[in-house]
Order: sequence, then structure tokens, then C-alpha cells
Amino acid sequence: MTQTAGRTAWYVERFDEFVRSLNGSSSAQLLTQRKEAMDAFVELGFPTARDEEWRYTSLAALLRQDFGVVEKLGEEVLSDVDAWRVPNLQSHVLVFTDGQYQPALSGGASLPEGVRVSNLASLLHEDGEVRDGTSLAPRGKDAFVELNTAFLRDGVHVHVDKGVRVDVPIEVLFIAASPNAAVHPRLSVRVEDGAEATLVERYVSASDHVHLTNSLAEFSLGESAHLDHYRVQDENRAAFHIANLYVREERHSVLRSTCCTLGGRLTRNHVHTHLIGEGVDSTLNGLYLVEGQQHVDNHTLIEHAQPHCQSHEFYKGILADDSTGVFRGQILVHQAAQKTDAYQANRNLLLSDRAEINTKPQLEIYADDVKCSHGATIGQLDEDAIFYLRSRGIGSAAARQVLTRAFAGEVVERIRLEPLRVLLEDSVGKRLEQAIANRA
Amino acid sequence: MLNIENLQASVGDTQILRGINLQVNAGEIHAIMGPNGSGKSTMAQVLAGHEGYDVTGGSASFLGRDLLDMNPEERAREGLFLAFQYPVEIPGVNSTYFLRTGYNEMCKHRGQEELDAMDFLSLVREKLKLVEMDESFLKRSVNEGFSGGEKKRHEVLQMAVLEPRLAVLDETDSGLDIDALRVVANGVNALHSPEKAAIVVTHYQRLLEYIVPDYVHVLYKGRIVRSGGKELALELEEKGYDWVKDEAVGAAV
Ligand SMILES: Nc1ncnc2c1ncn2[C@@H]1O[C@H](COP(=O)(O)OP(=O)(O)OP(=O)(O)O)[C@@H](O)[C@H]1O
Ligand SMILES: [Mg+2]
Repeated sequence: MTQTAGRTAWYVERFDEFVRSLNGSSSAQLLTQRKEAMDAFVELGFPTARDEEWRYTSLAALLRQDFGVVEKLGEEVLSDVDAWRVPNLQSHVLVFTDGQYQPALSGGASLPEGVRVSNLASLLHEDGEVRDGTSLAPRGKDAFVELNTAFLRDGVHVHVDKGVRVDVPIEVLFIAASPNAAVHPRLSVRVEDGAEATLVERYVSASDHVHLTNSLAEFSLGESAHLDHYRVQDENRAAFHIANLYVREERHSVLRSTCCTLGGRLTRNHVHTHLIGEGVDSTLNGLYLVEGQQHVDNHTLIEHAQPHCQSHEFYKGILADDSTGVFRGQILVHQAAQKTDAYQANRNLLLSDRAEINTKPQLEIYADDVKCSHGATIGQLDEDAIFYLRSRGIGSAAARQVLTRAFAGEVVERIRLEPLRVLLEDSVGKRLEQAIANRA
Repeated sequence: MLNIENLQASVGDTQILRGINLQVNAGEIHAIMGPNGSGKSTMAQVLAGHEGYDVTGGSASFLGRDLLDMNPEERAREGLFLAFQYPVEIPGVNSTYFLRTGYNEMCKHRGQEELDAMDFLSLVREKLKLVEMDESFLKRSVNEGFSGGEKKRHEVLQMAVLEPRLAVLDETDSGLDIDALRVVANGVNALHSPEKAAIVVTHYQRLLEYIVPDYVHVLYKGRIVRSGGKELALELEEKGYDWVKDEAVGAAV
């Protein structure tokens, strides 16, 4: 409690510094919003273990860190970011270091007419623009959402006009570089009626320094809009990563969102999809792969508000060593949402007897004519399968790797963007190779 | 090639193999028969190195090396192959990838060049013909959703790819229809040669009409209680196991 209160005060101080440093460059409206958000944050305080949503994820380590806000972020401008780009992906890329947009490193494939992609900072003074997606995250509910608004410096704004199909993926790369950097990126995406887009978000670290990413993404899909979304977090093992994603889906829209967590010391992914029109098709896939002391927490809420929608959720996790994980899958079906078809699965593979996962589906159904299925499993590698592979000459470590990769493969193979799929197959493979070699 | 002396093995406190003696020379085919639960599969699994069984006594050597000292993959690389009575389904592991990984392990061990995906595909296509399997199986996950008979053919396909010195076939005939039985038996025969040997575990004399054994052994309560030529199988078919059991009990008293 005292720790939480003390830290709240620390963030208030940082906020005052931050506001001073803005030096009037933030519009009056935005400044008011920042202050309101800060007040809301103070009111809420950081969540504690008494908060049901945070019971199994302790913020103690995060609260011990002196995350600064006005140090010279983005100083360490990187000249070459190719190492972090998705290889062979012809994309339009926006690169951020410590949350600051790097125009010189951004660009790439050109976008068609009817799509606007820009960094948020360039829009922050023209108020109207940023607003169109921002109302999705509820105000006064989540301390991290409030912090994001209060400290917002930059991010990405995407607007796809009605009926426009964007074949070029939009790639957003956040590179953390400075020690104790606290970055609060915002992504705001609007895909208008019948439009289509693909968005790739990647979060990496350029160093081993402790840093904090507290992102807020808000996607709004118009009627029959399509959005393919991939989020890959591969930050260093000292990083704290909080990600909030709010999606609003209108009639017949299609969302395919994949969330991969490979890095971070503590990661919390919170996703709330709100299916507000009929006939929405909404997919959430997830993969988490943790080892050492890593902790990953995936909270999802799929809210069915209208009839004839389908949601499909498939999360798989591999936990090695002393790593821990949480999966909370909430499905809320309102009374009006008849003929809902909701599927949820969470499967976990524990590679050590010290690793732990806490998984819980949470269904709240107020409609009577719905199809809802869910299942959670926790298991170890199948010893019979290991022996079978070994009996064919495949070594013990290799056999474990093959099976673990196959387990992850079920999520990875659903990635439609081939270069990204190849990258993940590769990085997952390498990660598992290490994790398994360390154990042997 | 294989020399088993007084081999004993148990699971937990339960002793299953109670002193097996068996010698298999190059070029020979041995059939092992015996009632359910007598220890046939246990013997096969112990030979392949299953760690769920504790070897509590005796010895086994394979091509002059101490078999029991090797881990399962080493045994396989040395040329021992077990066709499982219950092949394991491995979701998410592509069959071709599985076959190629095993094949390349053998190559590495033998100091031969490994094959890339393309070259391996042409090799495996040839082998598929031997077991009359459709190429579509290669795209599927290992054994996943395969019918009982398909799994058995797939075992023989693996054997054809890995070309072992000694094949132990654990009820590879069970669950096969007449045509499949012929296909599997022909496959096994085609892979046999004077440098190779096979141990065929079966309940049915029928298989032995196709794969003609040099010796037939009866395993009962963890021991080989009777050995003979191929005519022993016919005798068992006719009289059942009771007389062997009675003799075994008589001998033990
Ligand atoms: N892992 C195990 N745990 C406990 N008991 C076992 C185990 N494996 C084998 N057994 C027991 O050992 C005995 C021999 O089993 P095994 O499978 O070797 O028989 P089998 O001769 O192959 O029989 P079948 O003809 O039915 O295939 C059986 O009683 C079986 O229950
Ligand atoms: Mg058996």
C-alpha cells in the first residue's frame, strides 16, 4: 500500500516535470486531458493484489523502478534499424526510439490513396484528428490507461478511408534504448466501412537496460472492415511491458489479432474487443513463450453486444524454468447477442516443474441461444512422443525441441503474413533451442 | 548381431521380463509369439531403450556393443528399429519433416551426406511405393488421425527410410486387412537381406505365411518358454497356448 502510494506521488512529480518540459507545445485541450488523466490516475492508484484483475500479477518490481519521463529520451538515435525490421516484409514502417518518431528511419513501401498514416505527435496540436479512436478505452478505470494519456508523447495514427484496401502492411517498430525510459505509446486506428488493412506492431530493446512500455491501442472497425493485426513483443528481460488494446467492431467487420509475447520481465496484455454490430467475426490468437524469471499475463475480454457474431480465441503458452503466467479469458454475451458463437481455448506447456500458469475462463452469458465453448489445458511434453522420436535417431534435446516447436506452431502457422510467420518460426525456434539446451 | 542373456526388467515393483535369452544372427528372422500380457512389447521397448522400464538384470549386446549402455537415439543410429505396436500421434509435427530428421540423423552417424528437402522427397516417394501409401500422408502430422492400418504402414515406411540392421516389429500385422497385411509383409521382405535381421512379434500364424521365420519363440510370463522352427507357429495355431503354459508351469515346479 505504502509502496503504491509512494509511487503514485513519484509519478505526480514526474508529471509536473513533464508538463513543464512541454513548454506550452501541448494544446490547451490536450493539456486538460492530460491533467484529468493524471487526477484519475491518482484517484485509482496502481492496482494491487486485492484487485481481482491483478491477483496473480504483482507490480512490486515495477514500482521499485525509478522510471523517468523527461530524461533525454530518443537521444540514442539508431542509425540502422534493419536488424529489428521483419525481414523480407515490404511494408510502410514507422520507427520510434524511446517512443520518439524517427522520420529518417521510417518510410518504405508507399501507401495507396485513401490511407493516412502518421505519427501522433505531428497531429497532437490539430485536436480533432486524434480523437476519432480515442474514446474506446474507458476513462477512470485503469491506472495505466490514464498514465498513457497523461504522458502521451507520440504514437501512430492510421485512417483508412471507406472501401480502400491497403495491401502494404503498416509496420510500427518501437525500440527502447535508454535506461529507465518510460514510454507511453498510443496507437489509434480507424478502418472505415469496407476497408482493409494490416498492422504489425513490434516492441524491441536495443540494450539490456530496464525500461517501461505502457502502450494503449484503440482500433475502430467500420462495417465490413477488415483488420489483420499482429503484435510481437520481444523486449529485453529487464523490461516492463503493459499493453492495453481496445477494439470496437461494427457490423460484419473482421478482426484477426495475434499477440506474441517473447520478451519482457513482466508483461501484461489486456485486450477488450467490443462486438457492437451484427455478424462480426473476431479472432484473437496468442502465443507466449517465457523462461527464466519472466512473467506474462494475458487478460482478454470479448464482449458480444449484438446477434450472430462469432469470436474465436486461441492462446498457447510455453513456460520454462521459473517463469510464471496468467491467462484470464472473459467472454461477455449480452442479452441481445443471440446466436453468438464463441470459442475459447488456452493451452499451456510447462517445460519445468517450477514454471507456473494460472488459467481461468470466465463466461458471463445473458442470452439464451448461444454456442459457447472453452477449454484450458496445462501439460508437459508427451514422454511417449519423445521416446518415439528418439527411437528414430532424433536426440533427446532435439526431440523436445521438435515437440515444443510443434506446440507453438499451431499459433504461428495461423499468421497469414508470411515474412512475419517465418520470422516467428525462426525466433521461437531459437528461443526454444536455448531454453531446452539450458535445461539439459 | 543381437545377443540377449538373462534379461530382466520391471516397472516399479512389478517384474515383467524374468530372464530372456535370445540370439539373433544376421540374415535371420525370429518370430515371437505368446499370450497377451506375456511381455512381448516390454521386451521390444526395452530393446529400443524405453526409460520407463528398469533393467534389473542380464545383458544385451548389439553388433558387439553393449545395447543397454546406449540411449534410444544411439540404438536407432546403430541400426536398431522398433515398429511400435501403438505408434504415437504427434500433432503439429509434419510427417516428411519427421522422416527426414530421422534419416539425416542416420546419415550424420554414418558419415554420409544429409539430404535436403527436395532430394529427400524423391527418396521418400520411392519408399512410399513399397508400402503403397499415398503421398498425401507426407503432408499430415505424424500418425495424427491415421487409421490403425495406416499407422502400421507408416511404421514400415519409416523402416524403409531408415534401413535398419535389426528391425523389431511389434504386432505390425494387427488390425490390418488382408491386402494391407500382404503389402506390409512384402515391404518387410523387400527390406530384408543377409546382412539384416528381424524380430517379428505376432499373434497370427497368417503373417508368418508371408514373412517366413527361421525361428519361432513363445514368450510366457516374461520368459521364452519354447523355441522351434516355423512349424511351432502352426502347432500353436492349432492347440493354443495352454499346453505351452502347462509345460512352463511344470518346468518351473
Ligand atoms: N508401463 C507399465 N506399467 C505397468 N505395467 C506394465 C507396463 N508396461 C507393461 N506392463 C505390464 O506388463 C505385462 C506385459 O505387457 P506387454 O505389453 O509387454 O505384453 P504383450 O506380451 O506385448 O501383450 P499383448 O499381446 O497384449 O500386446 C502386462 O501385464 C502389462 O500390464
Ligand atoms: Mg504387445
